[in-house]
Amino acid sequence: MSTRRSFLKHTAAAGSAAAAFPLVGGAQPKPVRIGVLHPVTGALAYSGQQCREGALMAIEDVNKAGGIKSLGGAKLEALLGDAQSTPQAGTAEIEKMNEAGVSAVVGAFASAICLATTQAAARHGLPHVVDVGVADQIVERGLKNTFRFGPGYRTTATIAVNNLHLLNTAAGKPAKSVMIIHEESLFGTGTAQLLARDLPQLGYDVKEVVKHANPTRDFNNIVLRMKSVNPDIVIPANYYNEYALLLRTMQQQKVRPKAIYSVLGGAASSYKFLKEFPDAADGIIDCNHWFNPKDRRSAELRKRVEAKNLFFSYEVFMTYTAVRLLADAIERAKSTDRAAITAALASSTFSDHIMPYGPTKFVDGQNQGAQPLMTQVIKGDIRVIVPREYREADPVFPLKA
Amino acid sequence: MLSFDVLFPSVLNGLTTGAVYALVALGLTLIYGVLHIVNFAHGAALMVALYAVYLLKTGLGIDPYLAAPIVVPGMFALGYALQRGVIGRASHGKDENILLVTLGLSIVLENLALMAFKSDTRTIDTPYTLEVVPIGPAMIALPKLVAFGGALAASAVLLWIVSRTDLGRAIRAVAKEKQGAKLMGIDVEHVYAMSYGIGLACLGAAACVLLPAYYVNPQVGGGFVLVAFTIVVLGGMGSFAGALVGGLLIGVVESLGGLFLGESLGQIGIFAIFIAVLLFRPQGLFGARA
Repeated sequence: MSTRRSFLKHTAAAGSAAAAFPLVGGAQPKPVRIGVLHPVTGALAYSGQQCREGALMAIEDVNKAGGIKSLGGAKLEALLGDAQSTPQAGTAEIEKMNEAGVSAVVGAFASAICLATTQAAARHGLPHVVDVGVADQIVERGLKNTFRFGPGYRTTATIAVNNLHLLNTAAGKPAKSVMIIHEESLFGTGTAQLLARDLPQLGYDVKEVVKHANPTRDFNNIVLRMKSVNPDIVIPANYYNEYALLLRTMQQQKVRPKAIYSVLGGAASSYKFLKEFPDAADGIIDCNHWFNPKDRRSAELRKRVEAKNLFFSYEVFMTYTAVRLLADAIERAKSTDRAAITAALASSTFSDHIMPYGPTKFVDGQNQGAQPLMTQVIKGDIRVIVPREYREADPVFPLKA
Repeated sequence: MLSFDVLFPSVLNGLTTGAVYALVALGLTLIYGVLHIVNFAHGAALMVALYAVYLLKTGLGIDPYLAAPIVVPGMFALGYALQRGVIGRASHGKDENILLVTLGLSIVLENLALMAFKSDTRTIDTPYTLEVVPIGPAMIALPKLVAFGGALAASAVLLWIVSRTDLGRAIRAVAKEKQGAKLMGIDVEHVYAMSYGIGLACLGAAACVLLPAYYVNPQVGGGFVLVAFTIVVLGGMGSFAGALVGGLLIGVVESLGGLFLGESLGQIGIFAIFIAVLLFRPQGLFGARA
């Protein structure tokens, strides 16, 4: 369709934006082109656009701070791509970016898309920093070009299950049964499988595991099923729109479990959802990507994002830090060569970031220190409740009936 | 799972969806009954109507329900023009040509939408999107109730047109015996175009009541048209009562299927019925009369 044209248009726009920065005397070194690939249209458009915004802010910050100093202050130049919420379109964009001569790619939000784009990039020896993509298969295929900064769903599910058990035990074990509702692609299905395997080992009865499509415009049947199963805990693992609709339908149908305990819940720790539906959001616990609340820079970044009339969602800060990680690697590679950047990423000890991960250490492309935090919506704000070193508020568990 | 508190809301939900299915199927069955063709462009036309409602809401701020007086005549005009200007001309009087022309139309319309709107799934937000109405133990979303009422009202109007007006008599005459109708002075081409227009007008009405609780993307029509075909076959090709009853029935089957088998497998029941009807009662539930 019109992808080639819009691709060129976006590229031109990004290029002229980069050129608008003031030149600091002398000949300007050749900019470093990086591919910024996200599903900015289609079912995942909201998340993809948030990701893109985070990437562009990071590029702006790097360039404002003098660009890549080891390359004589070379600016980063974004080549924007649209994965259209499908793996096929994502792959096609990688091919275009390769031909356009980018040095590296950051993207592509959804697991299923990342799985395809990392593989396509690997064929061209193109380093690919995965910003979100939680499916562990992404970093388990031995692809040398693939680096994931954030946690995968296995780590997240394990931490979520252990923390749930801690919360429940501390409260005198009021919760015994669980219902899992997940979206049908790789991310939701994989997460649900891990939860359904681990929860029974700690004595929880997983009563139902329900899958739904993207998009789903009616959760009435699922909520009716929930009513008849009557689980103590509801665990949703899905993207923003469906998460929001599910919670609103539960509210309509007056279903109120002892806890809504989300694992990578699309809207569970979202300022957008909190603002639009404060009642439905109240008390929700989420085990998800979250910034270090004790780092002052995270509050500053949040302010800047909100000044643009955007919500400070996990997509923004995940992609923001992913681009910063890549910029750090290019700085140390002292080159725009793909192999040199890949090597620099593999040996990265990037620590100048707002995530609660510590310095990066990649083993087979996975950042070992990456971890989710547990948040809860308490008194109209999203607060970290676990682990203790990042805690902002005490957990409320179980919720009042 | 079998408790009344769960089954009753699910059946009600199914009836509300079924009424919209019925409206879509009525348009299809009318076009089939008169033109003797299966209108493959039906799904694409529904998509066009949904985008029209979407644009009226987002562009001009017109409430989807109040958009009906614009969208329904608009779809009628589109249908009339398509039949007169494209389908009728290109078919040269051969049924198999008409089939291919409507198939081609659907491809053109879907790709035009893809060009104009990309593959984004779009929704509209209205103040009443999440309003619920308690009916016994069930909480039914207000837009679904309106869709139910609106679809039934539109069906009633259609049935009235076909059974009570001169136009309806002409439509039925052409459907039964084209040559005879022509000899009686009925403008057959005009009746063809009117039927196609009315069929598409049904889609306009369906789109207005559907969008507040649904979404639109360029492929949205496909799901509806498959279900509508099933309903038309179930009710009996060309039978209006059959389309109405079949639509409601299929809605309930789909809802209960979703409840028991999960959302992804929910539609299995519909197609099981489709096959069963073809095997055991190929003329459909109300087929004998049509």
